[in-house]
Amino acid sequence: MVLDTKRDFIVFDRVEKRFGELVVLKDLSLSIAKGEKVSLIGPSGSGKTTILRILMTLESIQGGHVYIDGEPLWHMRQNDDLVPANEAHLRKMRKQIGMVFQHFNLFPHMTALENISKPPQLSLGVDKASSEKRARELLDMVGLSDKEASYPSQLSGGQKQRIAIARALAMEPKILLFDEVTSALDPELVEDVLNVLRDIGRSTDTTMLLVTHEMSFAHEFSNRVFFFDEGRVIEEGPPDNIFTTPKEERTQAFLKKIIAAGMRID
Amino acid sequence: MNWDWSYAFSLIPRILEGLTITLQATVLATVMAAFVGLVFALGKRSQNRVVRWAFYWVVEFIRRTPVLVQMYFVFFVLPRLGVTLPALVSGVLALGLHTSAYMSEVYRAGIESVPKGQWEAARALNIPPLRLWIDIVLPQALPPMIPAAGNYVMMLFKETALLSTITVLDMMGTARVIGNETYRYFEPITLVGLIYLVISLPAAMSIRFMEEKISRNKKMLR
Repeated sequence: MVLDTKRDFIVFDRVEKRFGELVVLKDLSLSIAKGEKVSLIGPSGSGKTTILRILMTLESIQGGHVYIDGEPLWHMRQNDDLVPANEAHLRKMRKQIGMVFQHFNLFPHMTALENISKPPQLSLGVDKASSEKRARELLDMVGLSDKEASYPSQLSGGQKQRIAIARALAMEPKILLFDEVTSALDPELVEDVLNVLRDIGRSTDTTMLLVTHEMSFAHEFSNRVFFFDEGRVIEEGPPDNIFTTPKEERTQAFLKKIIAAGMRID
Repeated sequence: MNWDWSYAFSLIPRILEGLTITLQATVLATVMAAFVGLVFALGKRSQNRVVRWAFYWVVEFIRRTPVLVQMYFVFFVLPRLGVTLPALVSGVLALGLHTSAYMSEVYRAGIESVPKGQWEAARALNIPPLRLWIDIVLPQALPPMIPAAGNYVMMLFKETALLSTITVLDMMGTARVIGNETYRYFEPITLVGLIYLVISLPAAMSIRFMEEKISRNKKMLR
């Protein structure tokens, strides 16, 4: 496969993902350019989250290839062949990717500051002083400077998620994955988290992939939207096309349901 | 049978000397169980099927045979195979190994109590395996283990009385020697029992206290 590394920063090439008998992704191919902000939408069980988890190396693939910046993710080059990746290769590739989870997954025994400053020390060998300095800048960016000594149990869901975003940013990834980051939040806390995402989108050229049910945010924030169903891309394009003039029947049906549920998509 | 107070008092210094051996054995075997138990637990989680299987059966073997048999084996049989160890060392090895097998189950439960999301976050943050265990998993796995581990240490403390059967002069060994010398077992054995009780009771109570505190903390964390 010939890759144009600018246009094809993240590539899924005929990827198959199975859980036992259950096929979650079948022959999935897609390609995302550097700096894109992409939203993945679709009914639950359509495989959107699995795509993020494959990129984060939390799920392996059973067929096809994934490339990041031209380098295979789940394989290594050996002579002219591609062989399954070992842990060292995965560690190297993972450096470029960060993820924010639906349920935050903050470390409960660490303060907000430590949650952000410790990982760079543990995995990149950054010294304590500079990682804490950076962590304080990030706390400031997500508007939680006054919470640096708080433990996750003392924070609200929205605050936890903003800490989790800061933690992911501290690793300086080139790709950031957001897996339904507002789904576990009380409605009044959602906007704070979305504002942080807007900030990141404006101030960095980080490539961002969002799995989200916030259609209105996806519309406003992303430059491209993928609609998934049953492990396939049904339709993709600029948000205006997907949300206002969807071509595929399944996309139309899905959006109709969303609107009927009282959510805005504009 | 009548209790002789002055005889009983005269025995206290010797029995307390035995107590220092009892406590030494308890501490040493506990330290051993803390380390070896973790190794057993990690071995049983190995990616490699053969390793997993080997650790499983070693632990089962240790748990399903009496500690007294193991102690006799180390002290009386190993010398025949060319390994001669002092009595106290043999006893501590057998007690420590036996407790390790039980501790490995405690570790397993503790490790499994760390939610899947924690492992995934650590992987997403690319935290290397050793740091993952030291900085992320164990700090979360250890506190809920304290009550169960504490109970095993208390059992161990009482089981050190078995050391007396391989010539160690722990509390029980000392009491048996005194009995042999004077044909009066009533006072020395009673004293030994009382000392065990005086130490075990507050220890058990503090474990229960910690247990309650931990479950309160857990509720708070949710």
